[in-house]
Amino acid sequence: MLGGTYVALIAAMVLADIFYISPSHLGKALASREIRYAIQLSLVTCTITAALSLLVAIPLGYLLARGNFRGKALVDAIIDIPIVLPPLVIGLSLLILFQLKLGGQSLESWLTRMGFPVTYRVPAVILAQFAVCGAFAVRTMRVSFEQINPRSEQVALTLGCSQAQAFWRVTLPEARRGVLTAATLAWARALGEFGPILVFAGATRMRTEVLSTSVFLELSVGSIETAVAVSLLMIVAAIIVLALLRFFAAENLFHRGRP
Amino acid sequence: MIRVEQLNVRAGAFSLHNVSFEIVAGEYAVLMGRTGSGKTTLLETICGLRRAVAGRISLNGRDVTERSPGERGIGYVPQDRALFLTMTVRENLGFGLRVRGDEVSAIQARVENLAASLGITPLLDRKPHALSGGEAQRVALGRALALAPGVLCLDEPLSGLDDDTRGEMHSLLRAIHAQTRATILHVTHHIADAQQLATKLLRLQDGGVREEPAPLK
Repeated sequence: MLGGTYVALIAAMVLADIFYISPSHLGKALASREIRYAIQLSLVTCTITAALSLLVAIPLGYLLARGNFRGKALVDAIIDIPIVLPPLVIGLSLLILFQLKLGGQSLESWLTRMGFPVTYRVPAVILAQFAVCGAFAVRTMRVSFEQINPRSEQVALTLGCSQAQAFWRVTLPEARRGVLTAATLAWARALGEFGPILVFAGATRMRTEVLSTSVFLELSVGSIETAVAVSLLMIVAAIIVLALLRFFAAENLFHRGRP
Repeated sequence: MIRVEQLNVRAGAFSLHNVSFEIVAGEYAVLMGRTGSGKTTLLETICGLRRAVAGRISLNGRDVTERSPGERGIGYVPQDRALFLTMTVRENLGFGLRVRGDEVSAIQARVENLAASLGITPLLDRKPHALSGGEAQRVALGRALALAPGVLCLDEPLSGLDDDTRGEMHSLLRAIHAQTRATILHVTHHIADAQQLATKLLRLQDGGVREEPAPLK
């Protein structure tokens, strides 16, 4: 009964959004240059974040699943930090890290001199998303590697593979559903990220505005209909991503049985 | 030939001390022992999947103690078969040959030959999840035999099979032994396997290996 109430609450929230606006509000939002820029930036940054998350999640997830090294518990605990910390704190920590002066100059001023400024720019959006989403991707990949029989890799070694060949030829293909799940999850998390982006990248229109920031900016000027329209766009994107996630998870379950 | 001298292995809290034994080239040795006695640990160490703390392992007169698993020339069949799940039976059988860089036509010929001798030709395009226990076991054996290894290490290869399939597998293993003349080390805790297959019987007990008279068939 209590469970049913919760499901009803979620469904009611989405329905309320749908009924609050008319198709014309949605059309108006989509016609806005700023919103179109935010959609575009969201799609680009979420995709880059998902790719970066996979890049760290595959080796790190594998190491945590299979490795037995000194400091493993510490690495494991550090990866939990972005998951448990309030998002605003992650943004603030990133800001402090880039502005902290060491040896007379900050990381940001050094990067600016190198021609790659980060803070309050698009790279800050990606880094803010990545700081959170990477952790979720690592967790997903770790579980995925843990479900794979390590003996397959051992057999590959006896058949002449190096450790790297065994990983690329046997383990990674078996983890492909996990890779897709981790990428999808990272993408979806990145789409919903707001706190760290607001603090580290700002909310400048036509510059660092992503969809979550659009909702905030529209609300702050009292344009509730546009805020709800943008929210609906995010809900649709999230539903598509969740459907893909379910599909990959179901496939994983189906293929789990071993001969 | 497999020669193990004064081998010491540690696996967590478990350890094997000063294990020594020899299996003459072409023999079918069955290693028995209770669950948890270290049979798999010993087999993994011979295959190079676990480091020896001390001692020496020689295969056909060659010291392989510090060699990588792939350099040892051992065909290994683990207890759970561990077939490559994303590959077809054909790809599983040809895996070692592909890693070695053999030509496609040679791989194809070898795979078809192996499949025919193991009776799995109709299964070549199936994925492992569509195989029965006995079929999966034949594929695992074929994959290990593809590189024509001089030594075969089989870890409980008949576990989880029904009596009829077990009988068929006994015949198949005898045929493989007769055909390849490979030195075989077969780990089991079923005396029937030893009775059917062993030309030499070894028992792992209290961290050491001792030879016992081969059981009567």
